[in-house]
Amino acid sequence: MKRLTPYLLALPGWMWLAIFLVVPMAAMASVSLQTGNAIDGFAMTFSVSNYTDALSRYSTQLVRSLAYGGAATLAMLLIGYPVAYWIAFKGGHRKSMYLFLLLLPFFVSFVLRTISWGFLLADDGILFGTLKGWGLLPADFHVLATAFAVIAGLTYNWLPFMILPIYVALERVDPRVVEAAQDLYASRTAAFRRVVLPLSLPGVFAGVLMTFVPATADPVNAQVLGGTSNTMIGNIIQTTYLTNLQYPTASALSFTLMAVLLVGIFVYARVLGTENVLEAAAR
Amino acid sequence: MKHQYDPALLRGMTQPRTRREAFRIAGFSAAGLALAACGVEGQKAAPPKTDAVQDYWAKQTKHGKVVFANWPEYMPEDQAPLKQFQKETGIAYEYKEVIQENAEFFGKADPVLRAGQSLGYDIVVMTNGIQLQHMIELGYCVPLDHSKLPNFAANAGAAYKKRAYDPGNTYTIPYTSGVTGIAYNTKYVKEELKSINALFDPKYKGRVGMMADAQEIANFGMIALGIAPEASTEADWQKAGEKLKAQRDAGIVRKYYDQAYIDAVSKGDIWISMAWSGDVFQRQLAGEPVEFYVPEEGGTIWTDNMLIPKGAANPVDALMLMDFLYKPAIAAELDEFIQFITPVPAVQDILKDKAAKATGEDKESLDQMVSSPLMFPTEADYAKLHSYTKLTTAQEQVFNPIFQSITQA
Repeated sequence: MKRLTPYLLALPGWMWLAIFLVVPMAAMASVSLQTGNAIDGFAMTFSVSNYTDALSRYSTQLVRSLAYGGAATLAMLLIGYPVAYWIAFKGGHRKSMYLFLLLLPFFVSFVLRTISWGFLLADDGILFGTLKGWGLLPADFHVLATAFAVIAGLTYNWLPFMILPIYVALERVDPRVVEAAQDLYASRTAAFRRVVLPLSLPGVFAGVLMTFVPATADPVNAQVLGGTSNTMIGNIIQTTYLTNLQYPTASALSFTLMAVLLVGIFVYARVLGTENVLEAAAR
Repeated sequence: MKHQYDPALLRGMTQPRTRREAFRIAGFSAAGLALAACGVEGQKAAPPKTDAVQDYWAKQTKHGKVVFANWPEYMPEDQAPLKQFQKETGIAYEYKEVIQENAEFFGKADPVLRAGQSLGYDIVVMTNGIQLQHMIELGYCVPLDHSKLPNFAANAGAAYKKRAYDPGNTYTIPYTSGVTGIAYNTKYVKEELKSINALFDPKYKGRVGMMADAQEIANFGMIALGIAPEASTEADWQKAGEKLKAQRDAGIVRKYYDQAYIDAVSKGDIWISMAWSGDVFQRQLAGEPVEFYVPEEGGTIWTDNMLIPKGAANPVDALMLMDFLYKPAIAAELDEFIQFITPVPAVQDILKDKAAKATGEDKESLDQMVSSPLMFPTEADYAKLHSYTKLTTAQEQVFNPIFQSITQA
């Protein structure tokens, strides 16, 4: 009995996973192979062509989503790492306040924040309207309805999910190991590159995972900030599912996206070396 | 027809809810995994038999309670018409502004109704279009007992009793109508626009907004080509698709909008856009420099309809409320607030009388309403207005990709 206790304690968790993840996934896998329409019903035909059709029709949007998600993740890393570093090492006793400030905007709904960007970046809005008034920008200049706006929106919306894991990793770095490195004649750059950076990699690894996946699948930023050719795969899945009621195509697209992301993450983990990352984390 | 997204909904759609919904759609419980392979049941409903309708209504009784699900900004804030209803009939009401978009509402309602469960609403309001058609085809609407709708029979305009999408008002009666036309910002557009071709004019490159909705944009593509949408064929859709694709590829369109178009026009991000009449009217009253016109080549008219969803708990009370809203005095009160087109023609005279008695600002805005072609279109206005294309399920699978390949490139 004693040996079973931990398993029994974990049971609610497993049940949760089974009911809300495994079963729905199985159902979706099944739906993705059916054919038919919402009115006459769908029947299982093991139609693998749902996948090939969806892929050939929406490959542009899929590739675009990966590119936007990747670009946003890179931008988040470039912006987020220095912020996390600064808070962890220079934050002093105000660390928790800085973290709170970082999270403060995220108490407002995700969609509202994205729409506010629309106001901020409006062609004749407070920012560009003023600059145009001063003659610093041509009258035709606009950021909304471009790929840049979508990537910037994605970057903004998931930035804390990049910063927080990196912060947690950096926070655990003992300042004495940096001192030790310097005692051993490492320059500040070398100390960062050879000591701090490797120790923070688990945070970077987690941060990239937590941002790349949702940023790639997001439909809101493309819809609110994008233009005529910035549609992402999330928008396609949403339309296919809710408007067209093509549940099999929508399911096939969702699975394809999931598979592509999993493969991407796997490759990424191999390249970065999960073992090194986990070892660093264990230390 | 307000396509305002509820933020919570959009957030929900980005999260694993879709998987749970797919699970429910497949219509099996956790125990019945094996059923997955059998597919999703078809639900196509036969037209109701007259006896069956009578039997259904004979079994129903008044419960003293009704739940009304509607769109935002479709009821005065003080809910006076509903309070009046409660006072006169003793029926308590619950009013919920839960419908933001037809596709999304149908997407959420379908699995529930398919499983034979109740939505928890006794009246819902949906625009004529693909989703309403699905509601009817799938047997999700309770056929109405017209013997209990005397006010509708007496007061509804003739045009509102002859609806192509629901002949004989078997399942629905109109709540309000509106027009899809063109709005432009007079701060940037210095000429008076009249034609639909303004939307295709290279002069306004990058400053034109089109609607993302497949039917809306298809209609305007066809009207621009001189094709009547209600009588269009697949070849017409292809032609309209080419016209709209050329418009996009020439960089004329800035973006394909949902409800956000109206903000974009008043901010000046776009100068000209496809638009819904009532939105523009409300902006004008707020003093913004927007103009609305129905193109001389034609526009479209749509109707938001009340219906009783299958499984509604209080159908008798629902029918009483639907009929109550067709009392001219009540309809006038409602229309004065929502400012779309009322299905009760007598409202115009009531508002005229009210304007005659009113003074100052009230009089001014009432006078404006009474003479507005956006609220009380004349015969000539109506003649220019087309209805949506009625699509079969098979046609829909040809129609949607043609236009979505343009709006979602």
